This record gives sequence, structure tokens and C-alpha cells, in this order.
Amino acid sequence: MSMIVTRESERENLTHVGSRAVKRDAAALLSGKPLFTNDLAPADVLSVKILHSPHAFARIRDIDTSRAEKVPGVVAVYTYRDVPDRRFTLAGQSYPEASPYDRLILDRTVRYVGDEVAIVAAENDDAAARALKLIKVDYEVMEPVLDFTKAKNNPIVIHTEDNYHVNGAWINNDRMHNVVASGLSEHGDLDTAFAQADIVVDETYHTLADNQGMMETFRSFAELDAYGRITVTSSTQVPFHVRRMVANALDIPQSRVRVIKPRIGGGFGAKQSGCNEIFCAFVTYKTGRPSKIVYTREETFSSSNSRHEMRMHVRLGAKNDGTIVAIDLYTLSNQGAYGEHGPTTVGLSGHKSLPLYNRALASRFAFDVVYSNTMPAGAYRGYGATQGLFAVESAVNELADRLGMDPCELRLKNLVQEGERLAQYDDNVLYSCGVSACLERAMEMIGWKDKPLRRDLGDRVRALGCALSMQGSAIARIDIGSVDLRLEETGFYTLSIGATDMGTGCDTILAQFAAEALRCDTDRIVVHGVDTDVSPFDTGSYASASTYLTGMAVVKAAEKLIAELRRRAAGFMGVDAADVLFDGDELLAFEPGVLDIDGVEADRPEFTDIDDDIDAIARSYRVAQEAPDAEPVARMALAELANKLVAGGDGDCLTAHAAASSPTSPPPFMSGIAEVDVDKATGKVTVVDYVSVVDCGTVVNENLARVQAEGGIGQGIGMALTEDVQYSDRGRMRTRSFMSYKVPTRLDVPNIRVEFAPSYEPTGPFGAKSIGEVVINTPSPAIASAVAHATGNYVRTLPITPEKALFGE
Amino acid sequence: MSGKLMDVTINLNGKKVAAEVAPDMSLLAFVRDHGCKSVKCACETTNCGLCTVWLDGRAVLSCAVPMARANGHAVTTLEGLQEQSADFARCMAEEGAEQCGFCSPGLIMNVLAMEREIRERAEAAGEQAYMPTDADMDSYLAGNLCRCTGYTSQRRAIRRYMASRFESAPAPEGAWAGTIVSGEGE
Repeated sequence: MSMIVTRESERENLTHVGSRAVKRDAAALLSGKPLFTNDLAPADVLSVKILHSPHAFARIRDIDTSRAEKVPGVVAVYTYRDVPDRRFTLAGQSYPEASPYDRLILDRTVRYVGDEVAIVAAENDDAAARALKLIKVDYEVMEPVLDFTKAKNNPIVIHTEDNYHVNGAWINNDRMHNVVASGLSEHGDLDTAFAQADIVVDETYHTLADNQGMMETFRSFAELDAYGRITVTSSTQVPFHVRRMVANALDIPQSRVRVIKPRIGGGFGAKQSGCNEIFCAFVTYKTGRPSKIVYTREETFSSSNSRHEMRMHVRLGAKNDGTIVAIDLYTLSNQGAYGEHGPTTVGLSGHKSLPLYNRALASRFAFDVVYSNTMPAGAYRGYGATQGLFAVESAVNELADRLGMDPCELRLKNLVQEGERLAQYDDNVLYSCGVSACLERAMEMIGWKDKPLRRDLGDRVRALGCALSMQGSAIARIDIGSVDLRLEETGFYTLSIGATDMGTGCDTILAQFAAEALRCDTDRIVVHGVDTDVSPFDTGSYASASTYLTGMAVVKAAEKLIAELRRRAAGFMGVDAADVLFDGDELLAFEPGVLDIDGVEADRPEFTDIDDDIDAIARSYRVAQEAPDAEPVARMALAELANKLVAGGDGDCLTAHAAASSPTSPPPFMSGIAEVDVDKATGKVTVVDYVSVVDCGTVVNENLARVQAEGGIGQGIGMALTEDVQYSDRGRMRTRSFMSYKVPTRLDVPNIRVEFAPSYEPTGPFGAKSIGEVVINTPSPAIASAVAHATGNYVRTLPITPEKALFGE
Repeated sequence: MSGKLMDVTINLNGKKVAAEVAPDMSLLAFVRDHGCKSVKCACETTNCGLCTVWLDGRAVLSCAVPMARANGHAVTTLEGLQEQSADFARCMAEEGAEQCGFCSPGLIMNVLAMEREIRERAEAAGEQAYMPTDADMDSYLAGNLCRCTGYTSQRRAIRRYMASRFESAPAPEGAWAGTIVSGEGE
């Protein structure tokens, strides 16, 4: 395990890291260039459409496709009879996936309203749509399990198939009782700790299966290449995982699949599950013709994946002075019909909430994840932490109110601090933590100390509420990011990455890291990604991994390349490589000894758990910063060296490859304080101000970090107030469009005020941690608390509708 | 669909385009078929604003305009406004407000339509055109959804752009001199 170690003292010297670089695809995106999946599909592509199940649980007795096949323009209609009988998962996770292999491309049993029944491929959309209506299906309708709180041990079993497969026993799968996964993690003696409590908050909280709502719906197209391999172009966050899914689904070797990721119109985790790639890949595999599938918004709402609905029971024990002594959390997670991300999301509901109050004497976190006949859940920004933090932070707010304490002051009394070993976080040591600073600054921003929690403004009540959040930065020991860095003719660099820019700007961020490490302008860095045939392996853009993990890979590759440049230049100049310094433009040779700078190793941080074996990076960086006054004895321009290296004879086209994985997943932190108005007559809740301070370690690009934070808070406000997933009593999702599922418009979101309180993460590239997910977690508990302060009603089931705000639940 | 086709001709970004299409074909599908890929679809229910184009200079949702209605009219997409949109695009880029960029073309079309409408209304009334307030901008653009940004960076970009185009309105008598413009992050 290798780690990049840089120093906080170096942060002020950084040039590109910390700049507000414009996203490198901004000009093309803003001029409307054809960059997205559906803009790039070939013209003669087959249109692929799916027949979805109208029943929540049914077995197909018979299916007649003969009339559909006769529609002019229809090329093929496929049913369960036509697909491989090998189960797989659509979860975009590192192999071997934690999610059960419980899917087929088409199954004879359908398990939710929206499940796939048949695939139609036609010459055009109209023919495909007409054919869908002519497929006759005879269903044996079965009693579904729609209430996930009754799923465990229900006599109705959702997955009884023989070839169901689980990759790891550790998930404690018990599918014959509808249990996808279960688990327990404890620290300390819970009974003893609760015995010391003067007060116990004992409440149940419930979050819904929110839709990610990215603007670009699911879409992909497939074609055969010159070698007969299937190339899938997909709007995905996980190209390498999609390669595995397609190969598994079609039961062909992965070597026969290539996946290309163009620009992505948002993902938020939705596209961390494969959604429709397997359908167009299957059609192209069977017909040999290019095919395309574009999901409608309705399909994206009702036949894809969502956040896991969770019901969380919290017992929070504290002393009368506000000291938290014990926390007991039980999470029941609704997986829906198929198991994507079930065993993993649930873990974050405890592991990313309890560590905030790590000083509690004891804590217990237990969970069950259960199948039900509702739409499968998947990944959504926050990935379980959002749910767990709503419960735990709400309980802490209720504790403060019951004790009559200030909720911020109560937190400051209990919060985790740098250097602590996190009991519910795999016993990781917390190397960087600015959570208290985040809260204190947010209090200043909103004027916390000068405002009462509740103010009567006549027709409405104005109130305050606060909450904290943490997340991780990549999955420790599981995620891997890798890059290839190539020196090109004239001395520019090509940075090949497997990380997936889904609109967040990671291509730009990684170019900033490369430019910093190579001491050049970002214009000299060409970033290329992602094509699984040519890009180096990366688990993908999820789990807040790209900046932290792929960023480390970039810095390591740069350092390897610099070492090689110095060695090659030394050869050309006839000096020792140890005497050559690279300043970004030139390779400078000095008299022996000049570059032996004292004290370079002196301020290396000490780690208990981490091997810091990349000495060279910190050293060469430092040496370059302290460029000696001495005159070089020889010099060679990088362009000259590059040109020599791509020529024959002495040439040696230089490429550095580096991979990064991390033994820890350093948490970013965030505070959020909401100021809301509750209308006394209607109960309408309006967020009038929202302040937030984020500790994402070193801020790599302030603009992009700020927009991440503002965007996450905007989504969080939707989750808190308006995004109300509803099902009919027969299991049909009612909220299938933007008319019935209200994502916030610009009239619903105030000017969100974000600042940064950057700690320095020694295991991260230039001190950076992640930011993508931590930012969505505070609005729900902060707004719920503000509403409680305004009306006295604690809303524990989201969203906080006007009715709940005014009348309680 | 009846299967009957009709001949339509529109002026698309200054060029005459003729085709035989189903009368109920959407203008959205038509302009995409004719190379204008900036026009996106994200909802099919006229809620998202991503398919915004100009029909005779007015912003419309192209998913809700059948070709029978567009026939004989002038249609403008972002492809036809590359120069005119460059300044606003720069404001967006400098704020990082495009993010994934999928909703940007529709927003740009509507922001430029707003600018044009402010000018035209003032001209018709014989008054000076002033910079719109945040509330005006939010209300005019409410139909343009974005899931990435939380709208705050877009507000900064739109405000900057409008400030470069219009003079600030004089504060009304007795009004609070401040505005809801917070200036955060600028």
C-alpha cells in the first residue's frame, strides 16, 4: 500500500490546486455541442423499447409476440425464453460485488410494477412503440410484499430462484426470509452506558426512496466493432463495471465488451447501476446491428433505481449536561425487487453518522435490508449516510430541545476531533477533522447567537435548525483509481483516466493535480477518459472517490514520470540523475551535492497505520520549491527532451502508470444551518436562508467545490420538503413525472451560502478529501429541526409536507 | 398516429428546411433530426425547460410544438445563437454553473429570451430597460430545471450577465436600499 504524503505547510505554495479553473469542457457544453450519448448514436440505429410489468409480483404463464413481430419495421421481440439463464447484478461495484446476483436480462417472474417483460427492437421509435402494445402476456398474478416493514419472515418470498447467487457470506443473506443482508457492529457496553444516561431520546425516523432526478435520463447504444466485439456507449458513472455487467448478462467473456463514456448529464449515483446497457447490448449481440435505448422520464422514475427507503430506530442516551453517552441505531432498509447496493448502502447509515459522536461510551448499529415488490433501490448521493444522518442528527436535535440546550452548543460539547480512533468506522484514525470549525463558522454566518430559535413574524413563524454531516472519500481497500501519464512530442502530457466525469468536473480537477505536480500550465495536460479499451482501470466515479483516489494516482504517476525524465535527461547531459532538477520547463543539472537540501524530511507527519513509502514525491516537490541559487552546469528544455524521446535511436516514449488505493477513507465534514418560514395558515415551509461550511480538506477548485455544495444542498432541500414518493395500494408508483414528483425549482431554493474550513488530509493528494456526497446530508435534519422549533411538530417521516408541518404526523 | 404525412418548411437558424413529416411530430424531434443536438429532452411533460427554442423569436418548449404548428415559422436553437450567447456562456463557465451542461442550452435560450423581452417591453412602453431583480429572473426562468447546481451559481452567472447588459433599476422611494443579491461566492 503506498500513500502520497505532502505537507500542510506546502499548501500555500500551490499554483493550480486551489485555483478557480474553468471546467475544461465548459465551452463545448455551453455552446450546445453534440457531446452526450444520444447525440452520438449512429443514424441507422435500431430503436430498443421495453415492455414493463403492470403487476407488482407475477409469473408469466405465456407470452405471445407474434402480432408485435408483424408490425412493419420490427426486427425482433425478445422474452425470457431468449436470454441467458445466468444471474448477475446491475450494481456498479468492485468485483466480487457485495450485491446478490439476482437478475436476468428478462425473467419469467416479474417482481415490481415496471420490471422488464420483453424487449422490442425496431427500425424506428414508432414501430417499436406500436409493437409494445401488441405483445400479449398471460400473467399469473401473485400477492406482493409492498410494505417493507413486513417483508422480513413474510410467507411470501420474492427470490426463490435456483441460480440466485451471493458473492460473499459476510452480507448475511437470508433470501428465503426476504433478507438481502443484515449485520451488527457494537462498541462498548451498551447497557452500562445507557444506565448512565439521565435522558433517552427513543424515536423512529423514516426517509423515502427519493429519485436522483439527473436531467439526462438513462440511455445507451451498442454497436459491433471491426473485430465483432460489442461496444456500448453509455451515460454511466462506472464504465468498467458496465463492461462486467454486460459480459455477465450476455454470458460472454469481458474481452468481447468495450464501454465508452462520453459527457454525462448528471448521475448522482443513479448511473452507478447499469440500467439499460444490457438491453441494447443484447439486441446488438443478437442482431449484429447497432441499437439504442433512451429511457423516458417515466421509465427513469419508475423502472430504474432510487435511494433506499429506510426506517431507523434511534435510542440516544445523554446526561443532563448534554454529554452523549450511548447511541443505539437499528436501520431497516427497503431494497425493492433486486439487490443492487443493498448490503453496502445500509452500512453508511450507521458508519457515517455515529462517528460524529465517537466519544459516546458505547454504540450499537444493527441493520436488515429486505426485498419488497417495489422498484429496486440503488445508489444516490449520500448512499445511506443521508438517511442515517437524518435519523441521528434529528435525534440529537430532539435531545437538545428536551434538555433545553442550544443544539449547536450541545454538539460542540460532543463532537469528534482529530486524532480519535473511530469505533464505528472500522477503527480508522481520523487524521483531519474540521467539523467543529465548520459548525462555529456557520453559526457566525447566520448570526446564530443573536437570533432566537423561533420568531413570530405575524402570518408566519421564522425558525432555525442545524445539522452536521460526514461521508467518506472512496471505499478503503476496495476502490482503486489508476492513470497513465504520457510525455508527448513538444513536451505536453496526455493523462488517461478511468475516472468518470459526470458533470462534476473531475477531468478538470485531475488536470489541476497533474499541472501542479508537473509544474506546468493546465493547458499542457490533455485529459482522456473513458474508454475501457484504452483507459486505465478505475472503479468509477462514486463513493466520493475521484478527487481523493484518482487524484492520488495522478500525483504518483507525475512523480514517476519526473523521475524518469530526470534519469533520461541526465543520460543525454552526461550527469547523474540525482543532480538533475525538473522545474516544469527545463531539466537543470547541478554540481554534485547542490540538490542535497537539508530538512526535506523533517516535517513528515507520523502515521500509525499508513505506510508513506512515496518519499520521492514530497522530496522532489520540496526541492523544486527551493530551487537552488547555484548556476546549473547543464540544462535541457523539456521540449527538446520530449522530441528526442519520441525519435528513434535514443528514443523511449515515456509513459508512467500509477494506481492508488487507500487503507482509509478520510471523512469530509459539513455543517448546515437552515432558517425557514412556516406559514401559519397553510403550513408551507420556505427555506429563507441556508448556510453551510464544508471541510473537504484542501479545496482543489473553489468554484467547482462550491457548486457541488450548493447543488447537494439544493437536492437535500427537495428531499426534505417536496420529494414525496408514492405508490398505489397495488404497488404502482404514482410519482412518475416532474408533475407528481417535485424536484426543487429555482423558486424553491434560496441563495445558498457556502464557505470552506479546509483541514489538511495527509493521505490525500495535496491534502484533499472528497466533497461530492457529504453536501446532501444536512438539509433534511436541519430543516426538520427548524420546523419543529417553529411549530412544535417533529416531522420524522420525510418529506415535511405543509400538513405534517402544521398538524404533526 | 394516422400515418399521413405533411410537407413542412421552417426557417431553422436562418436556413430553409423542408421535409415530409407526421403533423404531430414534435418540433423537438424535428430540430434534433436536423442536426440541432443542443436541444435536449428530459421529461416529455413540458416541465423541465431543456427543449427551449425560439419560435419567431419567442421562447417555446419544442416538445409541445407539433410540426403542423411550426410550419412556416422561424425557429432558432443555440446552434444559431453561438455569437450572441458567448458572453452569457462565459459568465456561466466562470461560476462553474454549467456543471453537467445538459440543461445549459435550454437555460441559455431562455435567459437570452428574457433579455430580449425586457428590451422589447421597455421599448414598447417608451421606457428605459433596467436590470431584472433576482425575483424577476427566478420567476421568468422557473421552468428551467437543473439538478446539479441548486441554482445559486446560475443566479450569480445570470446576475453578472444582466448587469453587463442593463443598468440597475433605481431603488423605489422608501425601499430598502439592499437587494436580495447576496454576492456570496463572488
